[in-house]
Amino acid sequence: MIEVQSVSRRFDDLTAVEDVTLTVGQGEMVALVGTSGSGKTTLLRMINRLVEPTSGRILLNGVDTGTLKPHLLRRRIGYAIQGHGLFPHYTVAQNIAVVPELLRWPKDRIRERVDALLALFQMPPVEFRDRYPAALSGGQQQRVGVARALAAEPEVLLMDEPFGALDPVTRARAQADLRAVQARLGTTTVVVTHDMEEAIALGDRIAVLDRGRLVQYAAPAQILTAPANDFVGQLIGQSERPFRLLALSRVSDHLEPGAAPGTPIDAESSARDALAECLWSGRDALPVVRDGKPVGRVTMAALAAHAGGPG
Amino acid sequence: MTALRRIDPPGLLFGAMGVGALLLPFLHFRPNRIVLGDAVHLGPFYVAMVSGLLAIGMLRLPQWARLGSGVAGAMLLVWLAGALAAELSDGAPAAARVSPASGAWLGLAAFVLLIADALSKMRLALSLRMAALALACGAVAGLLLSGHLAQISVLQEYAARRDVFAAQSLRHLTLAFGSLVGALIVGLPLGLLLYHERRLRTGVMGILNLLQTTPSLALFGMMIPLLSWVAANVPGAAEMGIAGIGFAPALIALFLYSLLPVVGNTVVGLDNASPLAREAARGMGMTPAQVLARVSIPLALPVIMAAVRIVLVQNIGLAVIAGLIGGGGYGTFVFQGLNQTATDLILLGAVPTVAMALVAGIALDLAAEAFER
Ligand SMILES: Nc1ncnc2c1ncn2[C@@H]1O[C@H](COP(=O)(O)OP(=O)(O)OP(=O)(O)O)[C@@H](O)[C@H]1O
Ligand SMILES: [Mg+2]
Repeated sequence: MIEVQSVSRRFDDLTAVEDVTLTVGQGEMVALVGTSGSGKTTLLRMINRLVEPTSGRILLNGVDTGTLKPHLLRRRIGYAIQGHGLFPHYTVAQNIAVVPELLRWPKDRIRERVDALLALFQMPPVEFRDRYPAALSGGQQQRVGVARALAAEPEVLLMDEPFGALDPVTRARAQADLRAVQARLGTTTVVVTHDMEEAIALGDRIAVLDRGRLVQYAAPAQILTAPANDFVGQLIGQSERPFRLLALSRVSDHLEPGAAPGTPIDAESSARDALAECLWSGRDALPVVRDGKPVGRVTMAALAAHAGGPG
Repeated sequence: MTALRRIDPPGLLFGAMGVGALLLPFLHFRPNRIVLGDAVHLGPFYVAMVSGLLAIGMLRLPQWARLGSGVAGAMLLVWLAGALAAELSDGAPAAARVSPASGAWLGLAAFVLLIADALSKMRLALSLRMAALALACGAVAGLLLSGHLAQISVLQEYAARRDVFAAQSLRHLTLAFGSLVGALIVGLPLGLLLYHERRLRTGVMGILNLLQTTPSLALFGMMIPLLSWVAANVPGAAEMGIAGIGFAPALIALFLYSLLPVVGNTVVGLDNASPLAREAARGMGMTPAQVLARVSIPLALPVIMAAVRIVLVQNIGLAVIAGLIGGGGYGTFVFQGLNQTATDLILLGAVPTVAMALVAGIALDLAAEAFER
């Protein structure tokens, strides 16, 4: 658990982070969003003390991080730096092994861990283990950066725009991978992004920063339906809002009994995909299947009602 | 147009050098070592052979063919020099001297450049290039030992000074490598310090720059009173060989000249070691010493290696000035030769110096490349 308590950071006369208080629960994934220069990186780096707060304090599992030795604190916190920061003179395996080596894990355990992580991120170990970062694509480099941050089974994972340089398809897959890995390991995670779509896809909760201040801290659905102010509204993009809201729920959430004509849709698909299918095929309702068996239908009216928000 | 496309541009340059070489005298024959002698030119048969080989080098042929013509040309010239020298000396007075003239040197240079050009265009594997360097050194050593060139004046000077030459070779190496090692021992920590303490940079780098631009004679001039004082007043200093002139000031001068490249490249290399990688290292919990040892220094190493190469090649050349103040090395022959206006003696100092610098430079390039992977 991370408790940020009235933390501020000033650089000369610029206040990069101003009086931020927030708590990240055990096993929770929080997305930190804001425009460029809003203080996301600064806030993140205060958690592992790469930047020291000017005032306020940060607790990690109840212990004030200011009382710990910085390098020992950092070995407990996985950190994926903005722009991967892999060591060009280390192989992929050596890069991932950095923190386990610092913690003096036995060689066998390190090797197993490296291979397991590479497999987890869909990079076959035999193929990638001994390559140098220069011989990886940008997307592979970023995945190795995240794998390296996870290597020593950290209590907390901090990631700074980990999927910044990826195309939409690869990015969606990397996000899904990360969600799956995080859910499996239960690592408390803070991920910085300037993309609200990514924040919605990744975050259990979203913290919105504007010029160093925390303007809203809430679950994605609440951010979408009740943005705290115009800035948050703009960040969501008003015209995208209904679709983003729909993207948060599954077809199964809107299931009703009955039948409908045409190609069926899977109950686990997102409600957004279902609406798109209705519009595209000109149908008012779609049959829904689970494991190939019909379980009911979803109507455009129900989807539209949900997309309209609470009002 | 099609004819032009068959021409290899660097080959054309080497060809022009070769033509110049053929017009110039090939050997000088002098009744004794001081007077100016007669010029000896190559006969038409050999001129034709050399021209043919040069022509092959000028064409866009497979590189092994150009390499072959280069090797053949160099061997031909060396063989001719030895054979003609033996012929001319036969029956001449003992004081008579035969020396290679401008034509021989220029022609040899043309063929050596042709070899180098062909080799570089062949893009040989690293191990093959190492083998080529070893082979070339072996060939030169074999040639000198064979006695084929014994009648060439430089080698006659050598024959008269065999023991001194060996001692001065060792001294020359000691000067060049000793000053390099000293510069590394002092320069690397100093570079590290300046990397951390930016405030000291301008001052220290200013001093090193000043040292670098001080002429060697001025440096010696300043060291004579200093070292004489040390020798006279520090117990044991004189016994260690420290004196106002000689080996000690020469070594110190070379050491001082080496400091700027070593310190400068260390600072630049560390500064430019990927800041992102350094930041990531810190973020993962490395201590400052670990960041330095595992990330900054390994990333700076190629730049530091470049400084080592510069310094070694520079010092092998500069060590000649030690001869000026009795510090030993090949400079001894050079300055003796200058005093006596004996070109052969100058060459006895200059040629091994150039060869040593060349071999050291190439060897370090190859070593750096081997190291990079
Ligand atoms: N070391 C520093 N010295 C001075 N100012 C700094 C420093 N680090 C950050 N800042 C300033 O603090 C503000 C917040 O920077 P920060 O890096 O936290 O932004 P960010 O939200 O991560 O932006 P981006 O999305 O572009 O990465 C910026 O105005 C930046 O210029
Ligand atoms: Mg940032």
